[in-house]
Amino acid sequence: MSKNLQDPAACIACNPGAATPLSRRAFLRRAAVLSASGIVLLSPHAWAARSLDSSSKRRLIVVFLRGAVDGLNVVVPHGESAYYDARPTIAIGRMGAGDGVIDLDGYFGLHPALAPMDAQWRDGTLAFVHACGSPDPTRSHFDAQDFMESGTPGVRTTQDGWLNRTLAAIPGTHGPTEALSLGPTVPRILSGRVPVANIALGRAAERPMPMDRPVIEAAFDKMYVGNDSISRAYRDGRQARMRLVSELTQDMTEANAGAPSPQGFSDDTDRLARLIGRDPTIRVAFMALGGWDTHVSEGAATGQLAGHLKPLAEGLSSLAKSLGPNYQDTVILVISEFGRTMHENGNGGTDHGHGNVMWVMGGPVKGGKVYGRWPGLSTASLYQERDLAVTTDFREPIAAVLRSHMQFSDAQIDRVFPGRPRMSSNAAGLIKV
Amino acid sequence: MAFEESKQDRILHVLNRLAFGPRPGDFERVSAVGPERYVQEQLHPETIAIPGDLSERVNELHTLHMSPIALFIEYQRPINEARKTAKAEAGGDKAAIDKTAIKDATKDLRIRQRIVMREAVEARMMRAIEGPRQLQEVMTAFWFNHFNIFAGKGLDLIWTGAFEETAIRPHTFGKFRTLLGATAHHPAMLFYLDNWQNTAPGSPGSKGKFEGINENYARELMELHTLGVNGGYSQADVIALAHILTGWGLPKGGGGNGDGKRMRGDGGGMAGGEMGGGGMGGGLFPFMRRRRNFMPPAIDPSGFYFDESRHDFSEKTFLGHRIEGGGIDEGEHALDILARSPATAKHLSFKLAQYFVADDPPKALVERMANRYLATDGETRAVLETMFASAEFWDPRNYGAKFKTPYEYVVSCARATGVPIRNYRPLYGTMQMLGMPLYACQTPNGYANTQDMWLNPDAMMMRLSFATALGSGNLPLENPPFEEDANSGSGGEMRPEPPAVMRNGGGKVNINFDPGKHGPKMTPPDPAQLAATLGEYFSPATANAVEASPTNLRAPLILGSPEFMKR
Repeated sequence: MSKNLQDPAACIACNPGAATPLSRRAFLRRAAVLSASGIVLLSPHAWAARSLDSSSKRRLIVVFLRGAVDGLNVVVPHGESAYYDARPTIAIGRMGAGDGVIDLDGYFGLHPALAPMDAQWRDGTLAFVHACGSPDPTRSHFDAQDFMESGTPGVRTTQDGWLNRTLAAIPGTHGPTEALSLGPTVPRILSGRVPVANIALGRAAERPMPMDRPVIEAAFDKMYVGNDSISRAYRDGRQARMRLVSELTQDMTEANAGAPSPQGFSDDTDRLARLIGRDPTIRVAFMALGGWDTHVSEGAATGQLAGHLKPLAEGLSSLAKSLGPNYQDTVILVISEFGRTMHENGNGGTDHGHGNVMWVMGGPVKGGKVYGRWPGLSTASLYQERDLAVTTDFREPIAAVLRSHMQFSDAQIDRVFPGRPRMSSNAAGLIKV
Repeated sequence: MAFEESKQDRILHVLNRLAFGPRPGDFERVSAVGPERYVQEQLHPETIAIPGDLSERVNELHTLHMSPIALFIEYQRPINEARKTAKAEAGGDKAAIDKTAIKDATKDLRIRQRIVMREAVEARMMRAIEGPRQLQEVMTAFWFNHFNIFAGKGLDLIWTGAFEETAIRPHTFGKFRTLLGATAHHPAMLFYLDNWQNTAPGSPGSKGKFEGINENYARELMELHTLGVNGGYSQADVIALAHILTGWGLPKGGGGNGDGKRMRGDGGGMAGGEMGGGGMGGGLFPFMRRRRNFMPPAIDPSGFYFDESRHDFSEKTFLGHRIEGGGIDEGEHALDILARSPATAKHLSFKLAQYFVADDPPKALVERMANRYLATDGETRAVLETMFASAEFWDPRNYGAKFKTPYEYVVSCARATGVPIRNYRPLYGTMQMLGMPLYACQTPNGYANTQDMWLNPDAMMMRLSFATALGSGNLPLENPPFEEDANSGSGGEMRPEPPAVMRNGGGKVNINFDPGKHGPKMTPPDPAQLAATLGEYFSPATANAVEASPTNLRAPLILGSPEFMKR
């Protein structure tokens, strides 16, 4: 792969060139300016003002399914005949039928493509919260994702994301790799004051950045020597980059030496698990997966949705395994902006709906249970007579994870979710205490 | 010598604050006239000539000069019609309609539509990088951000450029009330903040999508555009303002040829048009299908339409003022009240001082600016004059103390190198990677310009990678990129691909600093010239690191130096 990764800096390293004086004029020192900015730069919000609480290794991973996954076909209410009436071609078959649901509790069942996660269900580290979602009625992907990432449904002016505020609420310094984002850019949910390390998904993760060259790094190192916040940001960034680059390089070596690694999502989850294994300072991580907007030909036990669920399940199950002992300190949330219509549409798909299912996995989870208050699927109990109602605000299970797993106080949780609803669902008991 | 050094400092200061940093030759030009005179010139952009080459290239961006209605007719209606045809071909059988087929039928049209966004980005970037009316460019960016809209939301994909060109740019130095009014009447704003649906409950026009009050715009109009969050209004005022603004929206039917001429609404008009850009909702002109012989009113090419049938004509109390039910005049009255409020004077003065002077602007300065605002009935130029003449603006402790936003960093890098740019994609991609894609801030409060929002370790690594790529001449900036799937039969036509406007984190980013893929590289910037352009202002650490490095490393180091991160 290196041949199409022509690193712009490479030519510099190969051709150092003859040194000529930069300029006839001397560089002027801007002493007054620099000392003045030193004062301004000591911002109370700077990350380095805190000290690391290294006693805790508890961490939280969030996987966002962008496009609104059809929760009724993920955790299937196979005990309700209304479900089968509403979905003549895309319903998942009843228990026992070939390719039918994997029963969970006699009423709900898993989509058969999620078979790899059955192990976690049975060992009690996988739970679901059904009829869960945002109180905001929007059916716009844009607005709903925005609200679910800002953590303030209905409030558009929130600039940071709740996962960043989660870190900000932890006292202590925030190291450069405490928050890890896997994707092309830092997403809304992680944007904010606490620094975030970002690595690309898939093979792009292994692509060097133009400044990853010793000769360039060494030269920049000489410039960013001060105690001002820009120099400190630089040094933190270099440290994070060095750590990630060495870990990723090791990954590549391992992957190349062994059997061909599985493609796609489990590649990324395995990489994440190894990064967590090597870097205990990672406290939160985030990744997003697309392709859930199944308006057309959604399929049932097989087909489009199944084709997306299978690698997701393999990735999550593989993450659980490759985290090893770290699984005991990790909670993984799988969320999506809203659910889909209960009735199948004219194209063998489903349209934008309301309530959905949240997945909660990890050692600390009191699993093997579907949490929430099931509103039922009779027309009268549907939201606007078409969608699964929301009976559990998505912030409730997350608040439970923050309280019982991350050991946050109410005041800390309020900083993550200002104006959150008070707990009213059994999701409060999601985590072992 | 002491005087000279201080004059040099002042030159760099005005170039950093009233402009997006120095271009080659700027230092000498400002030195010749003096920084104070430069400020006066910049406050009167009409006195500064625009190079013919630049105005020619701006004029070539034809969608920039189209009205919102013309843009709709040219770039949205064909998509709606293709959609309608595809549906009709399914024979009215709803089950047979294949959304994938509809997507395929409109694919080329949707690609064609992207030119509007590309031209908006190019216009903004080329003027910011090359234009001599720098304060005009700084203020355009400032006011756009103040009245932020998101190009990724539906029809704003085709209207964002027009919004900036007609509602923002002409009013940057004038009366704030004029600017406020222009944004309030623009369809891009009415669409972005949902006021086009804001309807008096029970009014004759209240049906379908137009069911009731939508207070989104009314709230942001006070919280963000005028009074400020602690500006002394209540929820009752928000609701009253929403009622005042009922019916302020988009044309509900009929078509026009862009000059306001009447046309039959059915067939040739904009009948049954649906919102474009991602299928986020319902019809823009929803009544036309049902009313066959409907003769539409003349369409204002601006795309503004006041729908009396959805307006609440009752009397309202707003911010203590009694507002009689009088239709559209109520809204104008409310805008007058908001523009004249001392809270607005203070809110705007604070934002200007925070942008131009310091992250935490001196209170006394903000107060003097607010007083000037009130004394001049909201003249932006007068408020700027007060600020640029202030001791606080010229306080050396504020020099070089603002951390550049990603937009400012990228634009100032491009300016400093003086590279003739014909491909803006690498610059757009860099802003996107740094979390500040142009025209793609989703929230109505726009991007922050303070250091605490933008300085973080990962961003530093990305800035230095960009500096390395640009400084080594490894960004394909000088030639328009090939459209990758261009038809080879067309003789390899050069069609620049538009930058993607996308959700933050929701899609792939088009930049990988890989020169091979996107055409020839650029000429590397000459480090000696670059240093001279920047006035040779470097700290000893930077100067030493640069001097100790081989020639081809020097431009990357200068662009990536701590000094150049700030303005």
